[in-house]
Amino acid sequence: MAGETVLALRGVSKRFGAVQALTDIELEVHAGEVVALVGDNGAGKSTLVKAIAGVHQPDEGVIEWQGRPVTIHRPQDAQQLGIATVYQDLALCDNLDVVANLFLGREIRRLGILDEVAMEKRSRGLLDTLSIRIPSVRIPVASLSGGQRQVVAIARALIGSPKVVMLDEPTAALGVEQTAQVLDLVERLREQDHGVILISHNMADVMAVADTVAVLRLGRNNGVFDKRYTNQEEIISAITGATDNAVTRRRARGQEGSQ
Amino acid sequence: MSDHIPGNTPGGEPGRDRVPLPEDSMPTGGVNAPVPVAPEATPAVDPRLIVRQEGIKGYLAEFRRRVSSGELGSLPVVVALIVIWVVFGSLNSSFLSAQNLSNLSQQIVGTGMIALGVVFVLLLGEIDLSVAYVSGLCAALFAVLNVNNGVNQWVALLVALASGAAVGVIHGLFFAKVGVPAFVVTLAGNLGWNGLMLQVLGATGTVNLSGKDIVSRLYTTIYGQQIAAYGAAVIGIALFVIASLVDAARRKAAGVPYRPMTDIVVRTVVLAIIAFLAAYTLNQYKGLPLALLIFLIFIVVLDFVLRRTTYGRKVFALGGNIEGARRAGIDVAWIRISVFSICSTMAAVGGLFLAAQIQSASQTSGGGNLLMNSIAAAVIGGTSLFGGRGKTWSALLGALVIGSIQSGMNIEGLSNAIQFMITGAVLLAAVVVDSLARRTQRAAGRA
Repeated sequence: MAGETVLALRGVSKRFGAVQALTDIELEVHAGEVVALVGDNGAGKSTLVKAIAGVHQPDEGVIEWQGRPVTIHRPQDAQQLGIATVYQDLALCDNLDVVANLFLGREIRRLGILDEVAMEKRSRGLLDTLSIRIPSVRIPVASLSGGQRQVVAIARALIGSPKVVMLDEPTAALGVEQTAQVLDLVERLREQDHGVILISHNMADVMAVADTVAVLRLGRNNGVFDKRYTNQEEIISAITGATDNAVTRRRARGQEGSQ
Repeated sequence: MSDHIPGNTPGGEPGRDRVPLPEDSMPTGGVNAPVPVAPEATPAVDPRLIVRQEGIKGYLAEFRRRVSSGELGSLPVVVALIVIWVVFGSLNSSFLSAQNLSNLSQQIVGTGMIALGVVFVLLLGEIDLSVAYVSGLCAALFAVLNVNNGVNQWVALLVALASGAAVGVIHGLFFAKVGVPAFVVTLAGNLGWNGLMLQVLGATGTVNLSGKDIVSRLYTTIYGQQIAAYGAAVIGIALFVIASLVDAARRKAAGVPYRPMTDIVVRTVVLAIIAFLAAYTLNQYKGLPLALLIFLIFIVVLDFVLRRTTYGRKVFALGGNIEGARRAGIDVAWIRISVFSICSTMAAVGGLFLAAQIQSASQTSGGGNLLMNSIAAAVIGGTSLFGGRGKTWSALLGALVIGSIQSGMNIEGLSNAIQFMITGAVLLAAVVVDSLARRTQRAAGRA
């Protein structure tokens, strides 16, 4: 199923003042694998994504890209490595058409002038390969539905041919059909050998497309599950900490005491 | 807990039978169900899309759909212009005379140039309230340097334009780097630059231009030969046709949708009628004013900058979504500073034309309702106050509306009091149309 390891986090920790946001996080993403990152609010999902995307720098630990340790200082560094991030608010310009949004910041030029024809051709090609169906690539993004905007935002992340795509809550605000569209798109990304990190609160979405489910709880790894051998209850238990029992609590207390 | 042992959950592969997949709850029919499309059958086109028919019939249907969904574009201003011309023309036949219209085409250039700069700032969703006195300041600088100090006219012209650019950079720095709201920075500028203008003009307060300097000649030169106006019209139409045909050919070759031939013909014919009517009218009087030609060239060049360069694309992006633009790697501060600089430079250009019009730079330069008129021209022409939508052509259309009203009321001999009230009402009407159009666009899913 999954290919070589593209991105790996080894013991990544991040502090904000008195808050230990991430502690010793381990995560691996392979080519052609969908890793769902789940956890309660405040579990550290967004912090982890920002650490990978270069918004925050981890205090400890190593980020490995294709087996080599790298440092990601700025979002541009992540983009150059081949990590594309689709944030929850999409960051599309409503007044610009689909083509302009897809190529915003990296327009194709011919003799210093925007090459609209080449951009439109590539946009249509890209949208076709992703089987994205939108009315026209020349209408303003404002007139697209929520799901269509989401797929345009994801398509935009793919313009730079990334190896890993991170999607932050891509289905949070979507209806049934739009969610299905986005999930189809995630599967197509996997078929095209992209590594995908999918953040979602929706267990049904996660179970539908993920190959691996990584659970964060209070800034720590709380289990990495292979979707084939797990079920929803088990993951929810890991998310909420309901798997805690007297034994694990005593062990945890013992560790704190010995530190 | 972090190690999962396969198969330790009861029932072998329990995830399979317990987890409801979203696909299970998908509707199998209904209007929103995806229509099965063969992969080779243009999957990027949505079957629900209203596709425009070819030909004039399709053109009219598309036009009706656009208007009903609030994409008014230049329609309100064109209607307003026709109404104004009909009303003033019926009140006094001299309004539509070649002489009056020719003079009008020259008089709108000053305000129009300033409005051209305002269009850029409005595209960002910001406003520049200092343009009037910046135009006065730059005109005063030119007059004082050239007339009082005997500086070479070209040097004086460059200094005036560079001062305009510098003023804009100062506004931009305070706005983009310090974070002061643009209307406060430029409101302070409005007063401050007025003060500097009075300082520059000195004790006498009025500096008369020689009438032979470059600025005066740019304004007063009129090409009297018949061929000039008609030639300019032919060149303009030819450029339009060539650009349309080349674009259509390239699109056809690349296999993307292109403008059908009937469209190009219809647009060319409309443009030709307007251009030749204008040329004919100008030739009935003195001929083609150089000022009008310069104004049109500025509009075309800046239109090209806005629509066909990465810089213009960035300006529009900033007007649409600042955070989105920043994440796309656009240098937000640089674009803001440069746009304010363009605006003030265009104010300087407009100020020089206005000074040439009255042959002097005086303490009243940039005063009166110039500020209101320049901003009103940009808004009336169809550039949105809310940012992200607009064209350089709106400066021409808006300046024509404002100029026509003033010219018509002057012919009718109405007092300033009445003129101010009517101009104010027209500006309010334009902003109301803009706001209503935006609301309709929202309802139609286009804002």
